[in-house]
Amino acid sequence: MKARVTVTLKNGILDPQGKAIEGALKSLGVDGVASVRQGKVFDIEIAGADKAKAEALLKDAADKLLANTVIENYRVEVI
Amino acid sequence: MKSAVLVFPGINRERDMARALKLASGREPAMVWHAETSLPAGTDLVVVPGGFSYGDYLRCGAIAGRAPVMDAVRDFAAKGGLVLGVCNGFQILCESGLLPGVLMRNARLKFICKDVHLRVERSDTPFTRGYNAGQVIRVPVAHGEGNYAADEDTLKRIEGEGRVLYRYCHTDGAIDERFNINGAANSIAGIVNDRGNVLGMMPHPENHVEDIMGCTDGRGLFAGLVAHLEKAA
Repeated sequence: MKARVTVTLKNGILDPQGKAIEGALKSLGVDGVASVRQGKVFDIEIAGADKAKAEALLKDAADKLLANTVIENYRVEVI
Repeated sequence: MKSAVLVFPGINRERDMARALKLASGREPAMVWHAETSLPAGTDLVVVPGGFSYGDYLRCGAIAGRAPVMDAVRDFAAKGGLVLGVCNGFQILCESGLLPGVLMRNARLKFICKDVHLRVERSDTPFTRGYNAGQVIRVPVAHGEGNYAADEDTLKRIEGEGRVLYRYCHTDGAIDERFNINGAANSIAGIVNDRGNVLGMMPHPENHVEDIMGCTDGRGLFAGLVAHLEKAA
């Protein structure tokens, strides 16, 4: 089973990297960019076929390691 | 003072730290590998040194913060043992849950490697008793992610409980955004946990302890720890 965990910065947390990318896009002439926030994507292969179990496992992985919930939110999806 | 210096893959300041500890206490610290599940018997002080544990993969300190030895450090801290984390060590202590908050990318995105001035906020702690409250010391920093951040309630609590021990400042001790090198909340350079026995700081006091280094302002921190432990013994 393929799964994906997406980790994003919480609202209100300053994202200097996203700001730098936003500036670069603007200087490249990519029009219409209002703002950029950088995050992370983890593609994870899950053994077994139990979707509910996989979701629980992914949440556990995100809470324990993949996200720092002080500053980040995460979303899990089993594809 | 019996100290233990933790060693993770990618750490590079452990020898500087061991040298400073030996200079202050006269005792060679134990070097403790990250896969250990216990600390040497009789350890008084655990030090998490600086460097780039696990190549700063995922988030700085994230993987080291969950290493087996950190369970032993958590137990040690829960019993009141002294823990000092410097630079990557501060990041590791935050990621391991021993300290609140997180170290974000420096506000101006640059890796900063230079001497900075710190104001010692109080002198009545094991980590600052070698200094006077309000004293300004000069120590080096070398980090790309030292921008301390925490939610508003946490910051309010840390400040209210007097848990900020070191702040970035001007040479005269003035606190101002111009001297807040990495954009840290309230110019925070170092904080302790609620019990006051775990300190995390971004600057490197261990690199200003001998005349040959050009400055010895970092000595006070180590001398203070030695004095504290002697008094306790």
